[in-house]
Amino acid sequence: MALSIEDIKKVAHLARIEINENDANATLNKLSGILALIEQMQAVDTRGIVPMSHAQDLSQRLRDDVVSKTNLRDEFQKNAPILGNGSQQPALAGGLYLVPKVIE
Amino acid sequence: MEWEVVIGLETHTQLQTVSKIFSGASVKYGAEPNTQACEVSLALPGVLPVLNKQAVHCAIKFGLAINAEIAPRSVFARKNYFYPDLPKGYQISQFELPVVGKGTITIQVPAAGKQAAYEKVVNITRAHLEEDAGKSVHGAVEGMSGIDLNRAGTPLLEIVTEPDMRSAAEAVAYAKKLHELVQWIGICDGNMQEGSFRCDVNVSVRPKGSDKLGTRREIKNLNSFKFMTQAIEYEARWQIETLEDGGKIQQATVLFNPETGETRAMRSKEEANDYRYFPDPDLLPLVITEQDKAHVQADMPELPAAMKARLEAKFGLSSYDASSLTASRELADYFMVAVDAGAEPKQTANWVMGSLSAKLNSEDKYLSSSPISAQQLAQLLKRISDATISNNAAKQVFEAMWLGEGEVDSIIAAKGLKQESDNGAIEAIIDEVLAANAAMVDEFKAGKEKAFNALVGQAMKASKGKANPAQVNDILKKKLQA
Repeated sequence: MALSIEDIKKVAHLARIEINENDANATLNKLSGILALIEQMQAVDTRGIVPMSHAQDLSQRLRDDVVSKTNLRDEFQKNAPILGNGSQQPALAGGLYLVPKVIE
Repeated sequence: MEWEVVIGLETHTQLQTVSKIFSGASVKYGAEPNTQACEVSLALPGVLPVLNKQAVHCAIKFGLAINAEIAPRSVFARKNYFYPDLPKGYQISQFELPVVGKGTITIQVPAAGKQAAYEKVVNITRAHLEEDAGKSVHGAVEGMSGIDLNRAGTPLLEIVTEPDMRSAAEAVAYAKKLHELVQWIGICDGNMQEGSFRCDVNVSVRPKGSDKLGTRREIKNLNSFKFMTQAIEYEARWQIETLEDGGKIQQATVLFNPETGETRAMRSKEEANDYRYFPDPDLLPLVITEQDKAHVQADMPELPAAMKARLEAKFGLSSYDASSLTASRELADYFMVAVDAGAEPKQTANWVMGSLSAKLNSEDKYLSSSPISAQQLAQLLKRISDATISNNAAKQVFEAMWLGEGEVDSIIAAKGLKQESDNGAIEAIIDEVLAANAAMVDEFKAGKEKAFNALVGQAMKASKGKANPAQVNDILKKKLQA
């Protein structure tokens, strides 16, 4: 499967990674190499083999449904970013984290 | 051209747990912002998710209730997208291997216009476990959005149907049935105002007879059945008009505006839909054994369909009554408690579906806050059965009990409602009535049937309404024929 430079830019955008033309070209080569390797692996007959979903051959341990966490909001909010725009206040209001306005 | 509407639903049900799906933070509704957002909910570096046993238990329960295959091994996947209420940059969900596979739910679509009521089987494609996102709060600070992560990590079961529904009525009948079922089996509190039960509805249209699906638009986050009906009807009409005008439908996510009754496109799905799912390396596969299933099965209540059949067979209730009584577990429990306390089943069904439901509706009350308990209703009905009071008097007692005036027997005594069932006493009353109404007696003897009813009325009046009407009838008949 051949990748295009547009694919690279799209993937970078989806991952919110800024990428310049040079890096995009270099990444295109690297990713194409990985895809070539995967294509090579397709030659192996994997019929009857359960796809691996985890590197460890174990199953998920379950937690009892109990509340074990206490309210540590003040601690957690100590590292909130600065509001900016001339304000040195943390980006917090009434316990909420403040972010640039999101509208749907 | 005649068009057919094709509808599928995705429903997010919030599971009844006390803690989050992957952490020990509380899921209690209505807490101060971010006071239930632990380090896992906040996606601080180095934290690991650990799956909640109760959430898995709920998923198995649902699978058993819809006769679905429960995956012996299912896998959690990361659904990647960026949004401020999702601090990890991905939602932990299930993709290729969901915990619950194909199942079915039978719905009853109510009669409408010329269309009679009918039953229909809706196929469930899958149901998977996932975590909820946080909430964005607007308007707290000018130009900013506030983020509350209390809801982040709340356990959800997303239940997905095949595109099996063909009208708003069918879609709503399904949503209601599902709403009843998840509450009945105790996996979701069903509170739509608090967002415990949210429906996304996929709507497309196609020429009638076509077997190809049209392009769908998804109406997001409908949290009332009324809005669901309005939104689907508006959306279907809009799509048909667009196509008839030579336009094309673009796949999109739309929001319903209850104020205008319209749907409006939210964002083009192309990019947003590129979620790049992959197995979450932080979580091992979820293994569910036969023993796990048996354990949950043992905890399973009798399902509404089974109970409906039992009520029909055991008590001779009509399909309609049995179906109404099993509309919620609360109602079914109320009925059974009354019957177990000795009330006659058919009569109980009539009173529960009649006077009691009407009273609850008129005062906008839930059954759980009914001033009349099932035991009290049973006691009242027993007093009708043993001829202590008449049906009419029972209605007065019911009203008095509703107002908290006391127990059945004390109200009967206080209001002097006890029925006169003593033959001698009734005969005496009738003799007086016959003597005082010789003209009516003559009319009756001359073949005027109506005169008989008039005499019964006089007798009842003379007894101040307390005489047992059946006995009055019998005795009067005998005396007139004598």
